[in-house]
Amino acid sequence: MSHLDTIYAPATLIGPAGLSVFRVSGSKAFDVLKALSRLDNTKINSHRAVLTKLYNPETKNKVDEALILPFKGPNSFTGEDVVEFHLHGGHAVANAFIKALQTISGLRMAEPGEFTKRAFENDRIDLTQAEAIADLIHASTEAQHLLALDQLDGNLAKLYMDWALNLKNILAYVEADIDFSDEDVPDELSSVMRPKIEDLILNINKHLDDNNRGERLRDGLRIAIIGAPNAGKSSLINKLAKRDVAIVNERAGTTRDIVEVALNVNGFPVIIADTAGLRLTDDEIEEEGISRAKKWAETADFKIALFDSSKVPDVETVSMLDNETIILSTKTDLSPALSAVNGAKAHAFSTNNEDDLSKLLSVLEEKAKTFFGFSINDNVSRETKNQTLITRQRHRILVEETKEHLSRSLSAPSVDMMAEDVRLAIRSLGKITGQIDVEDLLDVIFNDFCIGK
Amino acid sequence: MTNSYDVIVIGGGHAGCEAAAASARTGAKTLLLTHKLETLGVMSCNPAIGGLGKGHLVREIDALDGIMGKAIDKAGIQFRMLNKSKGPAVRGPRSQADRKLYREAIQDILFNYDNLEIKAEPVGDLLFNDDNTHIAGVVTEDGKSYQSGAVVLTTGTFLRGVIHRGDERIPAGRVGDKPSVKLAEAIEKIGFSLGRLKTGTPPRLNGKTINWSILEAQGADDNPVPFSFMNSEITVPQIDCHVTYTNLETHKIIEDNLKRSSMYAGHIKGVGPRYCPSIEDKVVRFADKDRHQVFLEPEGLDDDTVYPNGISNSLPVDVQEAFLKTIPGLETAKILVPAYAIEYDYVDPRALKTTLETKAVKGFYLAGQINGTTGYEEAAAQGLMAGINAALSTSHDNCDPFTLDRSEAYIGVMIDDLTTRGTSEPYRMFTSRAEYRLLLRADNADQRLTPRGLEIGCIRQDRAQAFKNKLDLLESAKKEATEEALSPNELREKNIHVNEDGVRRTISDLLRYPNISFEQLADVWPFMNDWRKDIAEQIEIDALYSGYITRQQADIKSFKKDENLKLPTDLDYRVVGSLSNEIVEKLERTKPETLGAASRIQGITPPALLSIMRFVKSNNKQDAQEKIA
Repeated sequence: MSHLDTIYAPATLIGPAGLSVFRVSGSKAFDVLKALSRLDNTKINSHRAVLTKLYNPETKNKVDEALILPFKGPNSFTGEDVVEFHLHGGHAVANAFIKALQTISGLRMAEPGEFTKRAFENDRIDLTQAEAIADLIHASTEAQHLLALDQLDGNLAKLYMDWALNLKNILAYVEADIDFSDEDVPDELSSVMRPKIEDLILNINKHLDDNNRGERLRDGLRIAIIGAPNAGKSSLINKLAKRDVAIVNERAGTTRDIVEVALNVNGFPVIIADTAGLRLTDDEIEEEGISRAKKWAETADFKIALFDSSKVPDVETVSMLDNETIILSTKTDLSPALSAVNGAKAHAFSTNNEDDLSKLLSVLEEKAKTFFGFSINDNVSRETKNQTLITRQRHRILVEETKEHLSRSLSAPSVDMMAEDVRLAIRSLGKITGQIDVEDLLDVIFNDFCIGK
Repeated sequence: MTNSYDVIVIGGGHAGCEAAAASARTGAKTLLLTHKLETLGVMSCNPAIGGLGKGHLVREIDALDGIMGKAIDKAGIQFRMLNKSKGPAVRGPRSQADRKLYREAIQDILFNYDNLEIKAEPVGDLLFNDDNTHIAGVVTEDGKSYQSGAVVLTTGTFLRGVIHRGDERIPAGRVGDKPSVKLAEAIEKIGFSLGRLKTGTPPRLNGKTINWSILEAQGADDNPVPFSFMNSEITVPQIDCHVTYTNLETHKIIEDNLKRSSMYAGHIKGVGPRYCPSIEDKVVRFADKDRHQVFLEPEGLDDDTVYPNGISNSLPVDVQEAFLKTIPGLETAKILVPAYAIEYDYVDPRALKTTLETKAVKGFYLAGQINGTTGYEEAAAQGLMAGINAALSTSHDNCDPFTLDRSEAYIGVMIDDLTTRGTSEPYRMFTSRAEYRLLLRADNADQRLTPRGLEIGCIRQDRAQAFKNKLDLLESAKKEATEEALSPNELREKNIHVNEDGVRRTISDLLRYPNISFEQLADVWPFMNDWRKDIAEQIEIDALYSGYITRQQADIKSFKKDENLKLPTDLDYRVVGSLSNEIVEKLERTKPETLGAASRIQGITPPALLSIMRFVKSNNKQDAQEKIA
């Protein structure tokens, strides 16, 4: 289970800090520890921490005193021998340590993601779990954190593998209908499989028809801020982001590009986009900005529409309202708020009023809860497990491909083509997690039927 | 010099006969050595050729001008096209054979084959050069030596064969024939690892003692389709087979006597095929089934022997007699030869290249059951490939070896499976093993393979001419089918209804509609009636699969990319880097010839393949640069 190259890399950011952790993985990991320390085999026990002084093997200079965690493969993250060096923080310690490592031959700095790659290669994790590790490291909100943990548990992989297993059984029956039709197998085996394929298509539809919740959890809920020029869109976004991200200018039509801001709304990731003010214009560049704004707003999960309290609601913005839109009556420090726009309730909002901002945030949180179907505080993991969410476009495309093949299999003109479609469906699923083999099919056939004249 | 040949083939079974013919046909001076001349082409087990997957193999052998298809066309007494309704790609031609006619047909072909000499001299040992890296010839059991540049070894079940029946253990290659023990030792001595497999055969019954009148009959097809592309009709008289079933009483007798079965008493170590289980296995493993099918297959037109397909076993004779009495129609049936199981040695086929030459010894080829397969067709297909390659390897023209990959032929699928994965049970062909099944059809085997055969010179003149004629006819029919077109309006006038979208549809397009028949179209385009039957069928099938075929061809393109990246046989996987020991061991055991083959070894991960690819590609680049420098 070991590789030729032994690799190392800092596992924490290097700099002034309490600790700095380095990881070494590969067949020479334990030799590295012995070369740097005065420890012998009796002191090095897998999964047992040991405190020791470290020295540069060539100069014999002291490097640090560190806590060492050795892991004997395959019971380690990568599946190889792994040693973690918990050094003191700081650039000087880290540099001295790297210099010491460089004296040992057959050891090299890991490439980005190489530890996870080795874990995948040594079958410690599957592809979706490897992706989950990347997501976990980059998670910045509680919801993203929980989602990544769920995927790391292998729940997503399990769902796809269950489907693949189901399809493998279906294909085995179809293949038995083909390869053993001269044997004592029941007639019309492939027709019996049709309702099973239909069932699976239903399940796939349910899985796909999730409002892209998983991707939204991972990448953020998309909220577009719309409104006439000078309705206060940029001021709102600046207030939300607590910093100046969009240019706020009295001259109408300043925001020509879409400015996206990632927010953490009480644990939910949200992306708010400030869009160009909607109005009829002769300015080509502004027109382009408006059309982009409209497009963004159309694909957004919902919108916040802004209306200047001192003005009559503009037709352009009113035409884009829907039931999900949050309506804000802005600049209420200057004019009295509108109570409703187009029959829908409007919330009073002034950028100078902190209460208004809190109210808006709690409305956003409610929206997010409704969208995702759970709240961060009440047992999220249980909720998310009830429906495994698609977190990546890559998965969605392959699941859609699977569905397409399955739908075609139901209308295939003969059994050989039906089998081909089911086989393609399995392959699409396999691309998400792992592969399926012909021998597996034959195993199913021989277990389920008495074959052999 | 009279004792010197280009190629020597050892064994006169289906692999050996096909190997000898292929080698001679490819231009090598060939010697076939076997135990007895009269058993050349003998069918040791069931009297039938073809079937699902197997029928494809026979067509492919024929497309390369082999002998099996021609022989069965002269000996087939019940032709049936299996899976007729399940799509052209999975149709399997099969025929019952008259054993005597088949044997005679094979012998008639071989005894008059150019370049081929046949001798009844059992081989006892192999000759090598000094350091055992190259084969040099063979020594017969009588001590006579024959020299050759290549040897094809086809031992079937003879390699340390042992027949089991109850407590009996009889060393034999098949009933009445001695096993080859010395050869097994010779092979072991070179260092090949041998495994043990098992197969079984049912009792042979006297047809006169069977009560046929109460049994369900199954007839031949009305229009038997020949196996060989060279034949257009079958003239052998066609007969019926009959079906009967075991019952609970039968099963009880077998269960009560399980301990007396060689299999269940633990006398047999070899692994048997799952798809051809003994009746003991069926009764034990499928205890909930209250009956099992038994096909009563006649062994010949003027032969009363009947082969009861479905009740192979290794029970003592008295138990065989007792359970037969419980089966309808067989109450008074007399056993001519009792059933038995046979255990034999096989070589781990991962020791072979895709040419079927052993990796360890140059010029030494293995084919048939010795490589862990079962079935006449599987054996013959390997014999063909080994024979061609043995001949090419000894030719003076420095020919490239002849190999087929998974996208070209069932033969390629089988040989790739064997050489990359090995096998732990007797390997049989199934259509589900072929991932490009829609392209690899029995009907187009000649279009796929005959041109390949022409390139290497294993196709004789008569077939080359017939093939050229067929291609010409096909070409002109294809042209007509894709050029002649009518609009929906014009079609409506002819009473053919399609979507009124104004799009003109060709004959080929229209053939794709399940509700439009060939005959309807031929009324519109009368020249379609002039298409030869096999040509018309091709046009129809091509139309039916067009969408799927485009997709499979795209798959094949990416498959070929990996297949074309050759891996050096002396590649040291330890220096590739970032490969686990486990993966290195697997790669070293198999020594895959291409990146594609490596990808099909179990447990080889995508990242590992990527590392190998990078390593080999950068090495190739370096080599090229050094050459330029």
